[in-house]
Amino acid sequence: MALEPILTARGLVKRYGRVTALDHADFDLYPGEILAVIGDNGAGKSSMIKAISGAISPDEGEIRLEGKPISFRSPIDAQKAGIETVYQNLALSPALSIADNMFLGREIRKPGVMGSVFRKLDRGAMEKFARDKLSELGLMTIQNINQAVETLSGGQRQGVAVARAAAFGSKVIILDEPTAALGVKESRRVLELILDVRRRGIPIVLISHNMPHVFEVADRIHIHRLGRRLTVINPKDYTMSDAVAFMTGAKVPTEAIAA
Amino acid sequence: MSETTTATQPAQGSQPSQEFEKVLSGSATQVASFDTNDKTAVQKFQHFLHGNPSAVPLIVLVLSVAVFGIVLGGKFFSAFTLTLILQQVAIVGIVGAAQTLVILTAGIDLSVGAIMVLSSVVMGQFTFRYGLPPSVAVLCGLACGALCGYINGLLVARMKLPPFIVTLGMWQIILASNFLYSANETIRSQDLAAQAPLLQFFGNNIRLGGAVFTYGVIAMVLLVALLWYVLNQTAWGRHVYAVGDDPDAAELAGVNVKRMLVSVYTLSGLICALAGWALIGRIGSVSPTAGQFANIESITAVVIGGLSLFGGRGSILGMIFGALIVGVFSLGLRLIGTDPQWTYLLIGVLIISAVAIDQWIRKVAG
Repeated sequence: MALEPILTARGLVKRYGRVTALDHADFDLYPGEILAVIGDNGAGKSSMIKAISGAISPDEGEIRLEGKPISFRSPIDAQKAGIETVYQNLALSPALSIADNMFLGREIRKPGVMGSVFRKLDRGAMEKFARDKLSELGLMTIQNINQAVETLSGGQRQGVAVARAAAFGSKVIILDEPTAALGVKESRRVLELILDVRRRGIPIVLISHNMPHVFEVADRIHIHRLGRRLTVINPKDYTMSDAVAFMTGAKVPTEAIAA
Repeated sequence: MSETTTATQPAQGSQPSQEFEKVLSGSATQVASFDTNDKTAVQKFQHFLHGNPSAVPLIVLVLSVAVFGIVLGGKFFSAFTLTLILQQVAIVGIVGAAQTLVILTAGIDLSVGAIMVLSSVVMGQFTFRYGLPPSVAVLCGLACGALCGYINGLLVARMKLPPFIVTLGMWQIILASNFLYSANETIRSQDLAAQAPLLQFFGNNIRLGGAVFTYGVIAMVLLVALLWYVLNQTAWGRHVYAVGDDPDAAELAGVNVKRMLVSVYTLSGLICALAGWALIGRIGSVSPTAGQFANIESITAVVIGGLSLFGGRGSILGMIFGALIVGVFSLGLRLIGTDPQWTYLLIGVLIISAVAIDQWIRKVAG
């Protein structure tokens, strides 16, 4: 691949007391691809993703976005840099409306004095934007953009969270177990959403335990084991059982990883 | 990286990749339908209350005014009596506004009354002990309240201590400081009127016929209106709700939760200091023993007002209705001539009913 990776990590280390969650882990994401990250429970996938999305800061190692070293001190920093994450718990506020949730932390204010002096929110603009984004992703089965998120179904909530990430993630979108809590039909909808986002040129990191989903949408699969990257495979060259074998240590990959 | 080494099986088929998903194309296209037609009147009412959390206390308020009006007639239903209730509620309403902010973030502030009293004592003593101009002393009092709130905020947000414990401790600390500093000394009303009328500013009033509106009442109404605007129409206000709802989600979504909490507790302290100033206007003097029950009374107003103690739900308008309900019951029962203990008993019943109704309304979202 002649392209330069958009997001790289080298030698990430994160320790929690005596536990080493990340042991010199590496990571590469290329423009326009879907990279799946798989690994056993406790392999350190979540810690690595949190380091990239700013939720934790690694003890050692370097992260580069478009070649420039970055160090995030909070998820807000990562968002400012164009990295959006959809967390497993979705990070939505149940009592707030869909529009309020989509703009949480980056609200639009009214133009003129009402906005600059009285800090009044531009409800109309935010609702229109939210409605457009949801329709764009084919999610407009929601009747009222002002309904509270707690009145939505699990699939609809997932849709709102993905739409938020897709709307604001300019460089990278990270999805942590996006289909774990969903039914067959809703999972299919979210996978379509993911492919749709890639079509618009934004690279995606997909963390999942669901092998069929991973093999269906991923361009490359990053296999994480014992706190570091074991290998990166092309899903066309391996079977799901190979991937599971690598992930659990039943089999050792024969080739060195091409980073 | 795309070298094929041991391709054992052909790659998965095209999408939908899984056999069992093929039938999805034939599945029902109907999406969740919301049955809005065949609902009973009770269900419609329940939905209305879910969308308008301050409607319950408003209904109770209107009903209680109507009942006392029928029982007592003109003695209760006069402009003078009704505005007297407002005057009696003003302090609790202002402190309740501070309490509302804290409770919306899923916290609780037991130190509100103590901050109020200490701030009023600072305003009085700085004027009389150090001879500062009253305007400067008032500013010092407001700063004192904000500082107490800031300390609460730091302990809750940075040290991650539970708000109940922090404010329970601060309540004792501030109250003791108040008695030590003031040497339990009251500044008399005549001295204030002669030398520092500014301190009694909120005791001034406007008369419209029989109605008497003190500046304290007007301050309460303006403060609640301002906070209603801030909570509903600004980003800061939406963040207060988000933090109370789910602080982790708010943090991940991009809200600076720590800074938000510190700002809420600081603002709460500042509002308590304002209540301290209004308290001087209400009682005329500066007394370190005044306002002993402001913390419990403010929590009562908030709970009867339908705000959730678990945070993130309710409206500041509910708090003011809650405070007024307590005011109507207190004065109404006193005019009837019952033992004042009946008032407390009924307020206790109201608190429990308010929370029970809240649980019922919430089943809508279930």
